[in-house]
Amino acid sequence: MTRPKGMLIRNPTVTRINHWITALCFILLMLSGLSMFDPMLFWLSNLFGGGQWTRAAHPWIGLILVVSYAGMIVQFWRDNLWTKDDLAWTLAIDRVLANEEESVPQVGRFNAGQKFVFWSMALLIPVLLFTGIVIWDYYFETLTSVGMQRAALLIHSLAAIAAIIIWVIHVYAAIWVRGSMRAMTQGYVTPGWAWRHHRKWFRALVATGSSGPRPRTDVGKPQE
Amino acid sequence: MSMQSQDYIRRSATTLTPPSVRSYEDQVAKLIDVTRCIGCKACQAACMEWNNLRNPVGTFEGTYDNPLDLDPATWTLMRFTEYENEQGNLEWLIRKDGCMHCEDPGCLKACPAPGAIVQYANGIVDFISENCIGCGYCVKGCPFNIPRISKVDLKSYKCTLCSDRVSVGLEPACVKACPTGAILFGSKKDMTDWAGERVNDLKSRGFENAGLYDPPGVDGTHVMYVLHHADTPSIYAGLPDNPKISATVEFWKGLIKPVALAGIAASVVAGFLHWIIAGPNEVQPEDEIKARELEAAERGKSREHPSDIEGNPV
Repeated sequence: MTRPKGMLIRNPTVTRINHWITALCFILLMLSGLSMFDPMLFWLSNLFGGGQWTRAAHPWIGLILVVSYAGMIVQFWRDNLWTKDDLAWTLAIDRVLANEEESVPQVGRFNAGQKFVFWSMALLIPVLLFTGIVIWDYYFETLTSVGMQRAALLIHSLAAIAAIIIWVIHVYAAIWVRGSMRAMTQGYVTPGWAWRHHRKWFRALVATGSSGPRPRTDVGKPQE
Repeated sequence: MSMQSQDYIRRSATTLTPPSVRSYEDQVAKLIDVTRCIGCKACQAACMEWNNLRNPVGTFEGTYDNPLDLDPATWTLMRFTEYENEQGNLEWLIRKDGCMHCEDPGCLKACPAPGAIVQYANGIVDFISENCIGCGYCVKGCPFNIPRISKVDLKSYKCTLCSDRVSVGLEPACVKACPTGAILFGSKKDMTDWAGERVNDLKSRGFENAGLYDPPGVDGTHVMYVLHHADTPSIYAGLPDNPKISATVEFWKGLIKPVALAGIAASVVAGFLHWIIAGPNEVQPEDEIKARELEAAERGKSREHPSDIEGNPV
């Protein structure tokens, strides 16, 4: 991707590919899962070639998502660690929502809302994986009792609903905060974007002469 | 080929009222009089014959139960129990297991595929294979552990109560084959009346707990048992004492469906409202100016004060 001069790398190519594989899997899982959750949405199964294909494909797509999200965790966990600044940011959420960020505590690479999305998914996806295995009858029917399978179905549904609502928040935030979408499609943001939304991250990049996504750790060594 | 859809009084995964112009049809029932069963398995053979089910020959497992469990090609199965009664005597309890055709079918309630499970006006619960997606929800919904998913075509199978025979005025194959009259078929009322006579007879012969098994937890069944020990159905190879649709399944298929969709819709609406009230959060020209100033200041600083390997000013 050609990065215009002076722009900052928000998400390198590997991260973007990883993110969009995850996104595609999530959307397919949401559509196929909802078709099996509520009869009024059963028509969504037509998108997958019918009910039997939907049921057969859903768990396999889920496995791809698990692997893909594990990749997201590897790349993102360090910058998503909770700090005490995040509490202050969360308490100022009303001003964040009102687009008055000047008076909100400055944030690093990710704000508390992004961290919430990241860790929620990091929790919900393993829950969906393990309950999903319990109800993947074709391979695992004999491993558990029917009582466990009933509980797994309920937990799987509840966790999926929670994940979908968090996904709606995630997608809306990307639409709402202009420039975020390009950060995940083309991978870069303007310095002004970084200043406005992630000033601590911006300062760290500037202080170390890094163009992103993380501050340089080899400051002082001769630059090429 | 399925029966006329005008016969349906319940249809899985359907929110609208199914066509049921014949809903005044007589309710049918199969009555299995366990006290008259000799365990000959003629019913099992007749079921295989009529429904064209041929399992591969299995292996002997040291029990009369053969095969050991219901499967996609075994829709009815004699289950043998050696029960020692209070007097210390052996009672050989033989129960013909299979779909109970609940009035309130858990399989139908759990099924996500429209029309894959239906209940006819006469009460028979049937699986319409062409609509089945093989998800296995019916297995979780059933309080009697009856449906089995085929590993071959990934569809769910169980006793149809010979709905094809019943629709043309014949009795189910197992009923026709039974040599002792232990399996009867007719209107639910007639079967209940006959069972009452049998129960009275059994009581007069010392089986004081004899009774009819027509569990109210599932609003009654269209397959009923006469039991000598109706107070403890579970001694008959695990026949549930008080079967009902699991509360987990009821909750999953009841309250959370509308609440979940409302929750998702609410989150979308909240986003839209935020968009029209607060609007997008856009980078302003002064943000870019301030960012450039900081970058310029940092460049100037590093020229005057080179930093050390840790990035601290030296």
